[in-house]
Amino acid sequence: MAASRTAGGGARHEKPPPAPPRRNGADRPPRRASSRRVKRGRVQRGRVQRGRVQRGRPGSGAVHGQRWYAPWPYLAIPLALLVVFTYIPVVDMVAYSFTDWDGLSPQRTYVGLDNYVDLFTRPQLFQVFAVSLFYLVGAMVQIVAALYFATLLSFNVRLRNLFKGILFFPYLINGVAIGFVFLYFFQPGGTLDSVLGIFGIGPRLWLGDPDLVNTSLASVSVWRFMGLNMVLFIGAIQSIPPELYEAAALDGAGRWGQFRHIIVPGIKPIISLSVILAVSGALSVFEIPFIMTGGSNNTETFVIQTIKLAFNFNKVGLASAAAVVLLAIVLLATWLQRLLVPDERVELS
Amino acid sequence: MRRTRVGAGAAALAVGLAACGGGAGGAGDSGAVPVPADPAKVTGSITVLTNRTDQVQDGTTARYAAEFAKVYPKVKVRFQGLTDYEGDVKIRMNSKDYGDVLPIPNAVPTSQYPTFFAPLGTASELGAKYDFTERGTVGSKVYGLANIGVANGFVYNKAVWKQAGITDWPTTPAAFVEALKAIKAKTGATPYYTNYKDAWPMTNWGNGLGSPSCDPAANDKLTTTKEPWGPGQDLNVVDTLLYDIVRNKLSEDDPNTTNWENSKSLIGTGKIATMWLGTWAVVQMREAAKKAGANPDDIGFMPFPARPNGAFCAVVRPDYLYGINANSKNKPAARAWIDWFINKSGDAQQSLSISAVKGSPLPSTLQPFQQAGVKFIHLSYAKNQQVLDIDKASEVGLNNPDYPQRIVDVARGAAKGDLRSVFADLNKKWADAQGTIGG
Repeated sequence: MAASRTAGGGARHEKPPPAPPRRNGADRPPRRASSRRVKRGRVQRGRVQRGRVQRGRPGSGAVHGQRWYAPWPYLAIPLALLVVFTYIPVVDMVAYSFTDWDGLSPQRTYVGLDNYVDLFTRPQLFQVFAVSLFYLVGAMVQIVAALYFATLLSFNVRLRNLFKGILFFPYLINGVAIGFVFLYFFQPGGTLDSVLGIFGIGPRLWLGDPDLVNTSLASVSVWRFMGLNMVLFIGAIQSIPPELYEAAALDGAGRWGQFRHIIVPGIKPIISLSVILAVSGALSVFEIPFIMTGGSNNTETFVIQTIKLAFNFNKVGLASAAAVVLLAIVLLATWLQRLLVPDERVELS
Repeated sequence: MRRTRVGAGAAALAVGLAACGGGAGGAGDSGAVPVPADPAKVTGSITVLTNRTDQVQDGTTARYAAEFAKVYPKVKVRFQGLTDYEGDVKIRMNSKDYGDVLPIPNAVPTSQYPTFFAPLGTASELGAKYDFTERGTVGSKVYGLANIGVANGFVYNKAVWKQAGITDWPTTPAAFVEALKAIKAKTGATPYYTNYKDAWPMTNWGNGLGSPSCDPAANDKLTTTKEPWGPGQDLNVVDTLLYDIVRNKLSEDDPNTTNWENSKSLIGTGKIATMWLGTWAVVQMREAAKKAGANPDDIGFMPFPARPNGAFCAVVRPDYLYGINANSKNKPAARAWIDWFINKSGDAQQSLSISAVKGSPLPSTLQPFQQAGVKFIHLSYAKNQQVLDIDKASEVGLNNPDYPQRIVDVARGAAKGDLRSVFADLNKKWADAQGTIGG
């Protein structure tokens, strides 16, 4: 969509616009400029013209367009929500992590770094990250599948909007509902067993078998989030100018060649964003295992463990420290990733 | 113009800060609230929190309020049913708004009762009239009164047990396992259902404490016993039974997909033979049986399979204690409600529970217990706070589902280790925590 609009804009400017203002003469695009630059030029011109008109009007206070505070009323509500529901709780959480608060008592004692010492002297608390590996692998499968579908659906496929809808739909369903649906799906003698039975594959304990349960849960997660990745990728793929495919086709590139040399480099920032989200998501998995198994049977993740510390054992201080540590780990993972795969601007045209 | 906007932003921030950072709303301890002598003079409106959302929905609470209004015409009672009672109320207790009368959440340590609740009377005075007052006593004052007591035992389907040829209650854990084996062999029923997935029904296993030894001091002894899971100890006997049931494949195939609501009709229709729960469950199972078109009288209740000193032993524990919010503006009305609810509402009798009022007859569900000469004991809670402290420090979680779940996992080979290693681990955690608490 975006690509075609740009192309159309270029077409409209085949004829030169009405005489530009004097000051902009140097900036005026040459006749055969790329569509993008034509567009930029037009915008700039528009702004300058508006400024002139305002300057000429008597009694107008503004000299250079907008007043400095104009964006703030618009930002006030989202900012207030962000501060009240994200930053203040985070600051509180960090504060709790230095106390022995039990979540209830009016008194809380400052205990310094005791909670952190306690956490790091219990290596078994970090063993649960092994479970995250299942979700990490799942996330990689998810990204590959999303790329595949996104590429397919970017070309002219019959009923592609229907397929987009079908693949994106799971993301719109409430996570709790998904948990319950898949509980029935994985039950002994449930949907999955019945379907596999047709192909002669015997029933298995999808959630009961400790070697299988994390794979089952991770695949639910893939099912749920694949559509979101796919939509992100489709959006990015569509901003690639279609002439490139034509040019590539003329040069003899097949679909795979186009994918490898045009699409992948073209949407690299989105892919790297998806990977970052996948890693942080895998580290802090919560909803699906919490609803489906409650963290029992070898499915406990770090967040579930933290919740148990806070609400089963009333160690809110210790749990806050665990949450702070998780935050630090996620930030560290993201930073490492940015270091290894620096974000570069993509210039295809 | 600009200043107002900044001001508004600052105000919003301040509100946020106050809401998040505000301290708890505990008021100081004042004198005990006596039951009002003249019902006609009590005025005000009170809010009663309840975990029984089913009673709010089926109109039972409205009926109680109407009956209460006949005695106390000037008091208005409002109910608030909370589905996630424990979770919601615990958070609300950080403010002053947690109703006037409420079941005290289990998460509140006994030592903090005076911070949050108004005293209801002295231990000697109330202890003469009600059972379980010790559980809610801090420094000779009682802060919470129980409405009912709960005895733990096995809810079972009599028809299924009979079909397997077992008519007498097993007297040892080994005999119990044999009985379940007979059920598996002779009937199509699942001999035992863990309710593993819903987790909270599994917390009942911790309540087995006291049954095998018939010792009222079983709970207090946890403060000094170095190895509560050592051979012959109550928790060892109870947890070994759970382990053996699962180990011998006498429970459901996939514990991870159990369903509590569904289990009620399954036991009602004889597809499940047995579940370890409490007296409170019998009524629910009978209702489910009726709904499923089965015979509600098939649902029976049996004690833990052990006969120390030649008699079965049923431990009766208090259910939720009812307390009065220390910040309540209508304490006399709230006190009147608690008094009326426990003594006059008939709630305990209706739910076939053991009333906390001394001298009340046992409910019909427990008649077979009386006939069989089952000994009822009340656990002592003299050192309960220390037990809770050790439990918290050790992260064993006697009242959490995690530790029985782990035993089930080990028994079915889903987790590493064996029963001995689990017990050794639990013993070590408990002993270590005892050291830090200084019990």
